[in-house]
Amino acid sequence: MRWVSGESLVVSLIQAQRLGVRIGARQILRDVDLSVRKREIVTVVGPNGSGKTTLLRVLIGAQSPSKGAVVREAGLRVGYVPQRLAIDQAMPLTVARWLALSGTKDREKHLQIAEQVGISSLLKQQMSSLSGGEFQRALLAEALLVKPDLLVLDEPTQGLDQPAVASFYQLIEDVRDDLGCAVLMVSHDLHVVMRSSDHVICLNGHVCCQGPPTSVSAAPEYQALFGFDTKGALALYRHEHDHRHDHVEGSGSDAG
Amino acid sequence: MLDDFLWRAALAGIAVVLASGPLGCFVVWRRMAYFGDATAHAAILGVALSLGFSISVFIGVLITALAMAFMILSFSGRVFTVDTLLGVAAHGGLALGLVAVTFIPGVRVDLSAYLFGDILAVGRDDLFIISGGCAVILVALWLRWERLLLLTLNSDLAAARGIDPRRENMILTVMLAVLVAVAIKIVGALLITAMLIIPAAAARAISRTPEWMAVLAVAVGLLAVLAGLFGSFYWDMPTGPSIVTAATAIFAVASLASLSRIKFRH
Repeated sequence: MRWVSGESLVVSLIQAQRLGVRIGARQILRDVDLSVRKREIVTVVGPNGSGKTTLLRVLIGAQSPSKGAVVREAGLRVGYVPQRLAIDQAMPLTVARWLALSGTKDREKHLQIAEQVGISSLLKQQMSSLSGGEFQRALLAEALLVKPDLLVLDEPTQGLDQPAVASFYQLIEDVRDDLGCAVLMVSHDLHVVMRSSDHVICLNGHVCCQGPPTSVSAAPEYQALFGFDTKGALALYRHEHDHRHDHVEGSGSDAG
Repeated sequence: MLDDFLWRAALAGIAVVLASGPLGCFVVWRRMAYFGDATAHAAILGVALSLGFSISVFIGVLITALAMAFMILSFSGRVFTVDTLLGVAAHGGLALGLVAVTFIPGVRVDLSAYLFGDILAVGRDDLFIISGGCAVILVALWLRWERLLLLTLNSDLAAARGIDPRRENMILTVMLAVLVAVAIKIVGALLITAMLIIPAAAARAISRTPEWMAVLAVAVGLLAVLAGLFGSFYWDMPTGPSIVTAATAIFAVASLASLSRIKFRH
């Protein structure tokens, strides 16, 4: 792993230390170090199958690492927006009831957050009747009502069209400024991410490079991973193409 | 009042329905129907063991239902798919129980009360055990309602809130086993799952939130139990089948009503 720019370790909300995850015979993550500080927006980018979702699942405590450790600030409140949330037709659930699952009973607060993310007119609707963008906003609203110190989002703009993607990221920035929470997200929308993140982590089973967006996008590891020649935006969806990235860093002795 | 067998029957039925309504919602939401079947069918083996070792039927059924549930939980997804495994467990358990009963020495046992239920034969002690079991389930559901809902929606979301999915799954499984043990006398092993699913499904058609669905499932269950009791008393019908028939009728009406409402809205 290579730090693109010098960083000093300030107190982190959450910190991953040399994380390794092995599921069955597959080594999904190895030697991942990561830290998220207060009010910081950290974005994880990487090709499909690079372990992004697994990394988030380890950090929120849904998956235990086979190596390394996750250190959380005591009493850390995490708001989580999962990549997929399939609400079974069998369960009736209005948007208002969904928001109440956050544990915040204060109706005023519900309304305020619903207003902020733009779903206040939908409170009486069934979750299953929402459009893709509305649904993502409803998920975000619930995560915000948890009063998170850290907001964790797993590809929150999946299935949204370009204008919706841009406004969703704007919303996340606004929310960060309002609530003062840190944000950790996985994203495919490279061009937008590069604009709105404080820190970018380029992941492919291990951390290829990390640092502020400008230095990451200039890093050879990043360009190799996403096949950029220019700073052109549309390297997205080239992720499927296998990239060659065989140089082994560090001791790499975590197999086993 | 408790000396009258009709009152005892009605109270026992009401107790079971109060627990099976909300619990049944989770069975429907989490698609555990087959799981419920396997657990309930194993209960027949529990009946055979209880009679063989002359212990309380409640205890015997509770133990086998729990054993079956945890066996499925720990084996599922290893070699066979959950679906296949449950198919084997549900039918194998039932067959094994039926075979085991024939080997019990002494009295010939009439299994039909355990297969189809016999609400009119609920005794004083039965009533206390049934109400106690149902009260435990209700309190547990009350305390864990939000967690179980979150877990049902998304287990990662639950984990992010500090909820341990494995622990909650285990608690839900134990509740199901307790319900099987107390409901076998009322509706019988073959139809316990029906009693969980049908009222919940009928309620789904006409509810907007999970809580309404649970409350309406209890209401549907109450109607069905009283209808079943009536049928058993006046026409000597087997209790379980008459309760489930009534529940199915309500399901049909509720579904038709919600269908026509959707039609009118357009």
